[in-house]
Amino acid sequence: MTAISACRLTKRFGDRVAVDGVDFDVEAGECFGLLGPNGAGKTTTVRMIHAFTPITAGDLVVLGLRVDDEPVAVKRRLGVVPQEENLDPDLTPWENLMVFARYFDIPRAEARRRAADLLEFVELTSRAASPLDELSGGMKRRLLIARALLNQPELLILDEPTTGLDPQARHLVWQRLRALKAQGVTQVLTTHYMDEAAQLCDRVALMDAGRILRQGRPADLIRADVGEEVIEIRGDEALHRAVLAVLDGKSLRWERAGDTLYFYCTDGRELLPALSTLKPAHLLHRPASLEDLFLKVAGRSLQE
Amino acid sequence: MPHRWPTRRAVRVWERNLTVFRKYSLPSLIGPSIGEPLLYLLGLGFGLGTLVGTVGGLRYVEFVAPGMVMSSAMFAAAYECTYGAYVRMIHQRTYEAIITTPLSLEDVVAGDILWGASKGAFNGTVMLLVVGLFGLAPSPWSLAVPVIIALLALLFACLSLVVAALAKSFEFFNYYLTLVVTPMFLFCGVFFPLESLPRWAQDLARFLPLTYAVEATRALMRGRPSAQALLPLLWLVPPTIAAFLLAARLVRRRLIH
Repeated sequence: MTAISACRLTKRFGDRVAVDGVDFDVEAGECFGLLGPNGAGKTTTVRMIHAFTPITAGDLVVLGLRVDDEPVAVKRRLGVVPQEENLDPDLTPWENLMVFARYFDIPRAEARRRAADLLEFVELTSRAASPLDELSGGMKRRLLIARALLNQPELLILDEPTTGLDPQARHLVWQRLRALKAQGVTQVLTTHYMDEAAQLCDRVALMDAGRILRQGRPADLIRADVGEEVIEIRGDEALHRAVLAVLDGKSLRWERAGDTLYFYCTDGRELLPALSTLKPAHLLHRPASLEDLFLKVAGRSLQE
Repeated sequence: MPHRWPTRRAVRVWERNLTVFRKYSLPSLIGPSIGEPLLYLLGLGFGLGTLVGTVGGLRYVEFVAPGMVMSSAMFAAAYECTYGAYVRMIHQRTYEAIITTPLSLEDVVAGDILWGASKGAFNGTVMLLVVGLFGLAPSPWSLAVPVIIALLALLFACLSLVVAALAKSFEFFNYYLTLVVTPMFLFCGVFFPLESLPRWAQDLARFLPLTYAVEATRALMRGRPSAQALLPLLWLVPPTIAAFLLAARLVRRRLIH
């Protein structure tokens, strides 16, 4: 079953094209990631999915409903974790959930039951009655996730769910999102952290300047565009020349970015002995990642 | 895009505001919206009143009382839908949080306006009780005054939300309160009869909604309601509707487009 189907989806703000005719489908039960730098159009895309921003052109069907025709019916069935924290600062976590439950007309007794379960799920039970300003950034993010789950959504939308969190808090959020996926909740998340996408997403779409550049399973995309492995060597101009001389004739794809050389290969082990003799200060042999893929397809230059 | 009308779900926003208000109610009750008119009533009505004598056959404090009731409703609605609504709309992003639920932005705007109007109506009604306890509202027709209070509070809630939707910071509200709300307080027949003003200023005051609310309230509280005093209240309705539609449009433009 298809949870989201976007066809030539477009959003213009005046003359500026934020989302430029993108096509993608999200299957029920999967976690789909929209990746890309700030300003790529990720947030605008998810805002169209949850009926916040009206679409300019194209078709967008969410949970079998056209979003522009039936925004209320769509919103009833999805949960949204926003990029900017927007909890009620005057209310405790418990009160935040109870107030939010009313927007969905959840009866009071049922709301109490769900709020208790959800605070347990995001490990905030002991903070249920704390003033909100005593919660850390990670706790607030988990509370936002709990809030987004009050209406038992079939689809959860997360806009940069771990931006600004410390490593412990990030990992706790990731665990909770994987637990939700195990329960069958479809997830769409935006992120500019490629490791986050690798941790969570079944499929990703790489966005840049309002377009989708690549789309598919992370491992497939990386293999197709980058290869299996990457060797990074950092050093001065002399070292770069020596390295390139050693690897001359190996017909490797390589790239220079500032003081670092990147070699893309299938099996880097055979190259390592020759390279180690040059004693570079920084030599790293690692699997190719989504980040390599992204930098390859979107370029390394800063787009501002 | 065609304009969307609010639904009954707007009440949820009102309930949300009540939940927050109940935690912090006392300061905003004895705050400027009731305290200030009460001080004016005591200071001007009883104090200055001894120098003024009578106005149009009324003791000065009797003359001032209706305006105090109306202005407490006006100020409370204006404060709530400027400072209060701005905090919710911009600082706390409450509007954005709520419109991810089945509520639309028009529901949120309507709910916040209803809330501001309710605070105005509540404060105005409390002032009416105070005035009544001082024996300044002798007519049984005074029981109908809350209808006028509610109309006026709703109008100022709508107008103030227009201002909040345009505001870039809290500073902006100083202009609105100093240049729009306070002049009405001073020149709409609250402290002195319109007839004391020069002709052009009287004509100007005839454009201001508080004038009609104060005149109708004075008529009801003194027990001489006439069609001439009550019918002009209808002029409060069109600007209320226009201001609501404008507020909804401006908030939509600000938060979504």
